[in-house]
Amino acid sequence: MTPGSADRTVRIASGQGFWGDWLEAPIRQVEGGPIDYLMMDYLAEVTMSIMQKQRSRDPSMGYAKDFVPLMERLLPAVVERGIRIVSNAGGVNPLSCARHVYEVAEALGLDDRLTIGVVMGDDILDRLPDLMARGHELRNIDTGEPLDAVLERIQSANVYLGAWPIVEALRRGADVIITGRVTDTGLTLAPMIHEFGWAEDDWSLLAAGTVAGHINECGAQATGGNCLVDWETIPDLADPGYPVIEAAADGSFVVTKHPGTGGRVSVASVTEQLLYEMGDPANYITPDCVVDFTSMTLAPAGSDRVRVAGVRGRPATDSLKVSISYLYGYKSVGTLVYAWPDAYRKARKADEVIRERLRRLGLRFEEIHTEFVGVNATHGPLAGAPDPDIAEVQLRIGVRAREAGPVQRFSREIAPLILNGPPSATGFAGGRPKVEEIVAYWPALLPKDEIQPTVATVEGEE
Amino acid sequence: MGVKARRRAGASGTTKRVRLLDLAHARSGDKGDTANVGIIARRPELYPVLEREVTATRVARHFAGMIEGEVVRYELPNLGALNFLLYGALGGGGTLSLKTDAQGKVFSTALLRMEIDVPRDLDVG
Repeated sequence: MTPGSADRTVRIASGQGFWGDWLEAPIRQVEGGPIDYLMMDYLAEVTMSIMQKQRSRDPSMGYAKDFVPLMERLLPAVVERGIRIVSNAGGVNPLSCARHVYEVAEALGLDDRLTIGVVMGDDILDRLPDLMARGHELRNIDTGEPLDAVLERIQSANVYLGAWPIVEALRRGADVIITGRVTDTGLTLAPMIHEFGWAEDDWSLLAAGTVAGHINECGAQATGGNCLVDWETIPDLADPGYPVIEAAADGSFVVTKHPGTGGRVSVASVTEQLLYEMGDPANYITPDCVVDFTSMTLAPAGSDRVRVAGVRGRPATDSLKVSISYLYGYKSVGTLVYAWPDAYRKARKADEVIRERLRRLGLRFEEIHTEFVGVNATHGPLAGAPDPDIAEVQLRIGVRAREAGPVQRFSREIAPLILNGPPSATGFAGGRPKVEEIVAYWPALLPKDEIQPTVATVEGEE
Repeated sequence: MGVKARRRAGASGTTKRVRLLDLAHARSGDKGDTANVGIIARRPELYPVLEREVTATRVARHFAGMIEGEVVRYELPNLGALNFLLYGALGGGGTLSLKTDAQGKVFSTALLRMEIDVPRDLDVG
């Protein structure tokens, strides 16, 4: 393939929509039909703090661990077919992730046939004191608070890098590119920039690639998964095809999936994904550009094919978003199931009893939250009154506090109710509810010129 | 087809009351403590009805007691869609939330419960 040639299609497949997504999906994307690139998204807002915790226990950890055995399964076919992989599985330790993948390649005898690239420079945890000393307040985008307020409790701090460092790694010939906190959309956009030779100010082309990235980043959620329209007629959800973007140099692209797979690609399924986690649609901000989602058109283009065209973009901003995580406090959620008769009334009585016991114990919580699963847990009061003869209701009660003590004591208050509370309680097989540490998310902005992404390739240890 | 058209006090002789579910589909997600709900017209000609009837004010009233902040609406006529941001909808959001739906995944169908008045002859099947 010649980068830059105009009438060519580049196929970019989505293999994972989050850390924990279907393990068979990337295998099927590689083996189920022709693709040029496989992107895999692993990072959500809270994922970075989990990985940071793992790295603090073991300096070689801090990335999506299951990515390595997955690569062991994928690499032979990927090398055979000349498919390049782009993934942010590196988390807070992309270099270690890349080294482990290299070891796998070595064990498979493939290390001479592929180059592993690493994108770093997103991790600013160690630079925070310096940045703040130089006047960057890193105020919380949502609350306006300066970062000072939580400085001592910070767990991780990463800027969202865009597509360009990945493009650099592709230019250097990397076949597998492992990044830290790169935007989900950048993983799909970068191959397009590389293949079509788009420029840094081709705003509408970059925006088009970003829209393709938004469609790819949640895996099957664009191809019939979690799709409300005619959901019962969506074929073979046991084997859903994940999205494949067929991109053209002019920024237009087709969303499709491999033949013979389940799921459905329709204007409806793709539109649902376009609106997922959407803010102001005319100002969808990424490090690479600002996308106007009100500009594009979608049209059916054959069976399980939707064509997207006409995306307009504007220049990128001067800032990068920073994802900071910090220790907030503790929470615990306990459940009990109450059976007919009077299931809902029993569950409500049990809630009153627990709350009264917590009060008499003098325990203080930031919040006590009760839901009745089967009655109001998902739609609240909109669900209306339940059937008075309802078969069962699950009481679900949760607490949150800054200190661990009250939350631990709460976790002892669920089980006793089975014998000393309202009748017909069951469903307490799992022991007392677990007390979870809350690591909260702090979004902020940092000027772009503070960040220098680095690109490296991994070679064998001498 | 399959339309739940019910005459009620609010519906006049020239209109019928339908559930939003009959006109639209939806997807929702989260950004911190804010839920977003995108609703999409089932057919392009139904979009103007959504734009007219499903205002930010009506959506705020629909979710009264369920959200703490305001509701902001954005229009995407090119996709036949409206996007609503519901502030303070997720009990603190992310890891802080004690809610089952901490990530706002089913605010989508909660909004589709809304009932609106449409012209009696509008085909919403």
